[in-house]
Amino acid sequence: MTSPSVVPTPAPPPHDEFELLLRLGDDRLVLGHRLSEWCGHAPILEEDIALANVALDLLGQATLFLHRAGDIEGKGRDEDALAYFREAIEFRNCLLVEQPNGDFAFTIARQFLFDVHAVVTLDALVRSKRAELAALAAKSLKEAKYHVRHSGEWMLKLGDGTDESHQRVQHALDDLWRFTPELFVADGVAARLAVHGVAPDLPALRPQWEAIVRDVVDRATLTLPHESMHSAHLRSGRAGMHSEHLGHLLAEMQIVARSHPGAKW
Amino acid sequence: MSDRPDATQPVGDQAAAIAPDGQWPVWEVFTQSAQGAPHEHAGSLHATDAEHALQNARDVYARRGEAISIWVVPSAAITASSPGDAGPFFDPAADKPYRHPQFYKVPRGVRGL
Repeated sequence: MTSPSVVPTPAPPPHDEFELLLRLGDDRLVLGHRLSEWCGHAPILEEDIALANVALDLLGQATLFLHRAGDIEGKGRDEDALAYFREAIEFRNCLLVEQPNGDFAFTIARQFLFDVHAVVTLDALVRSKRAELAALAAKSLKEAKYHVRHSGEWMLKLGDGTDESHQRVQHALDDLWRFTPELFVADGVAARLAVHGVAPDLPALRPQWEAIVRDVVDRATLTLPHESMHSAHLRSGRAGMHSEHLGHLLAEMQIVARSHPGAKW
Repeated sequence: MSDRPDATQPVGDQAAAIAPDGQWPVWEVFTQSAQGAPHEHAGSLHATDAEHALQNARDVYARRGEAISIWVVPSAAITASSPGDAGPFFDPAADKPYRHPQFYKVPRGVRGL
């Protein structure tokens, strides 16, 4: 007997979960590629290896999320098809991660802002009602906790270092701050998934993110940029509208796979 | 720098001075491969302080899952024997086979050795 008073909330359309997995996967694919551009160019050997390690971690996470996205889509696309044979407008990464590397301080600031976001959102995603999603989040969370320790220590070192390192990382923070609101925007997809307990309520996570960022920024003797530095226009990545930088990044990332379709190595 | 409790911090601070050659200080890394196994020397690296050395050690010497525990020690804190000591230190041991247990025959009937 079913009680007429209990109306089960309809499950969110599968397309929403596909979109969520693309967001999670594309953030990591694009940022991982950006970090890989440092390979052989980092200030010292140890840091070169560290950045490459983080890049590989992110690439591994992207593989998991995009593989799952392909499964849910059910059109036979695997993680490689999604990574190498989509156009920029089909990418769902946030604008923060596609920004060019700049100097070392800029790369570290971008990484730190993302790493804190990753820890906060993955930690919440572990409680997803989708067991597969929760498992992927738990696996990625362990790596993200190390990443934020790495980028956080560098924020302290650069901010509380020389005048020049302080100035450079402060400049990076000021420049990147306008991309941070997008990390916590709840559009239709995010809001529906949150209602159904599939994904966390993003706007509710922002204070937690900001508290961690503020703590490190303070200890690094840096200044948290003012909210007026936010931009209402820079929130379009999840909808596929990207800066020109993503096109150049994808051209480099995708050329081998597109020149030699089906190649194995 | 770090707010984490860190027993090595005073040593790390001592070692944090930039070396005369402009490089960061050198640290020796010891990794433990399994519970109960000894920490063994894995190599050395440059880092600015103890936490930094630990992170670099993790990335350079433990990224393929080789370790479950890492020690880092400022190279400057290690006192080593010099090549000139080799004679007086080690040669006298060469002609004293009775310092090895194999030198002794076990008497018949002894058990539990």
